[in-house]
Amino acid sequence: MSTFAQVGQIARRSVLRTARQPANIIFPFVFPTALLAVTSAGLSSATKIPGFPTDSFLAFFLAFPFIQGALFATMNAGTDLARDIQTGFLNRLALTPLRGGALIVGQLAGVATLGFVQSVYYLTVGLIIGVRLASGVTGAAVLIILATVIAIAFGSLGAFFALRTGSGEAVQGLFPLLFVGLFLSSMNLPRNLIEADWFRIVATFNPISYLIEGLRSLIIAGWDWQALALAFGFAALLAIGSLTAATWALTLRLTRT
Amino acid sequence: MRGFWSVALAVAWRVLHNVFTTPSLLLPGLIFPLFFFTAFAGGLSRVDNIPGFDFPNGYTAFQFVFVLLQSAAFSGVFTGFGVARDFEYGFARRLLLGAPRRAGIVAGYAMAATGRWAATAVLLTVVAFAAGMQVGGGGVDLFALYAMALFVNLTGAFWASGVAMRLRTVQAGPIMQLPVFLALFFAPVYVPLSLLSGWLHSVASVNPTTALLEAGRSLISGSPEHISLAFLVAIGLAGALSVWSLRGLRSAERAG
Repeated sequence: MSTFAQVGQIARRSVLRTARQPANIIFPFVFPTALLAVTSAGLSSATKIPGFPTDSFLAFFLAFPFIQGALFATMNAGTDLARDIQTGFLNRLALTPLRGGALIVGQLAGVATLGFVQSVYYLTVGLIIGVRLASGVTGAAVLIILATVIAIAFGSLGAFFALRTGSGEAVQGLFPLLFVGLFLSSMNLPRNLIEADWFRIVATFNPISYLIEGLRSLIIAGWDWQALALAFGFAALLAIGSLTAATWALTLRLTRT
Repeated sequence: MRGFWSVALAVAWRVLHNVFTTPSLLLPGLIFPLFFFTAFAGGLSRVDNIPGFDFPNGYTAFQFVFVLLQSAAFSGVFTGFGVARDFEYGFARRLLLGAPRRAGIVAGYAMAATGRWAATAVLLTVVAFAAGMQVGGGGVDLFALYAMALFVNLTGAFWASGVAMRLRTVQAGPIMQLPVFLALFFAPVYVPLSLLSGWLHSVASVNPTTALLEAGRSLISGSPEHISLAFLVAIGLAGALSVWSLRGLRSAERAG
């Protein structure tokens, strides 16, 4: 069987497994949407702060669910892979001619699919409740691509953790850490409007700020090439770094077994 | 009554012992409120520059009240998770068989929720003062604030334990959490009620949590307002949900 066919088989299993677990589907859709509704309504008056870049906090905050959805993707990818390790499925796969790379890439197909569907859903919700993209229809396509790349990047990180620890609980333990990373970013206010110096510094060094700002630029600013380059750059860096680490962890795990 | 208290104290001690000796149970309850406090008070401090934002003691104190009430409610909810776990592992059934006064079981879980929240409240208060929180209220005002939060804690515990004893599975976690989360966030969390608009203003205006938040903020700023209403809401909710929890216990008894 060719590597491509191997990827296809694992991808099919990954997509089906994601689709068959209601918790994997419901939480990434419901929670980010609920937080979008509550926060954008609660902070709508923040647009009156001098220098705020838009008069719609809803539009400003719409980038948030894309990132939170991607964090859920991390958990899904990691937990599924960890379950494969815990149930011995990975050991059985190791007896087949399946390539390690095909396993990881195929495993991420479920994440990529969910990331894509989530992005379309969040964008549709945004459009229905009145957000208009400053970058137009092309911007919508780029937004979905960027969000899917971010989901794959976080999914790769989840896969690395799963392969390194072999424990679903350990992967779940990663979620609060990433959630803290999300909250300590520029998700609520632009960095130049964050008053607390320490928070602004943390947000500036936090790569999640740049992922959010890239997505946000397409919604409220139009074509901000610097923001987009930083967002795609950090997403690619995270994806490549995590995939490399995951491949290494898989090699170690297969050596052990 | 001796049977009641012996059961309550034994259950409370067991839960607190489990929580304080198991980092995975203890840390989320301690860390999440701190993290929310940091993210809200630090990241959103510029919000107090919004025209019409007239809270006199700064955004840190404004957010402290919300996070204090949130930590109180969720300490109760987390205790509900423990109740569900006890039912799943069969411990609660042995407890039902062994307890001379079963109402003491509910009281014990509630006492544990309070003990658990006390640790969070102390840590949160220390961090808030270390972060330079300005308090306008005196000792009596602060006592009233913490007393109100205590009733919120009991409300959370009674609600979650009632759900746990009816459904008797950890999978009921979202049912315990979601209504509490919604009740807390459909309120003036980030800005005062007067600055909210649209659907959230309408919902927050009739949400009992708003009365608690506004009274709590008035207490910390030293100009108490609508305190009687807030205590009426807090005590009323805790009282009503204690009945809910006791009926949950009866449901568990019937289920065997």
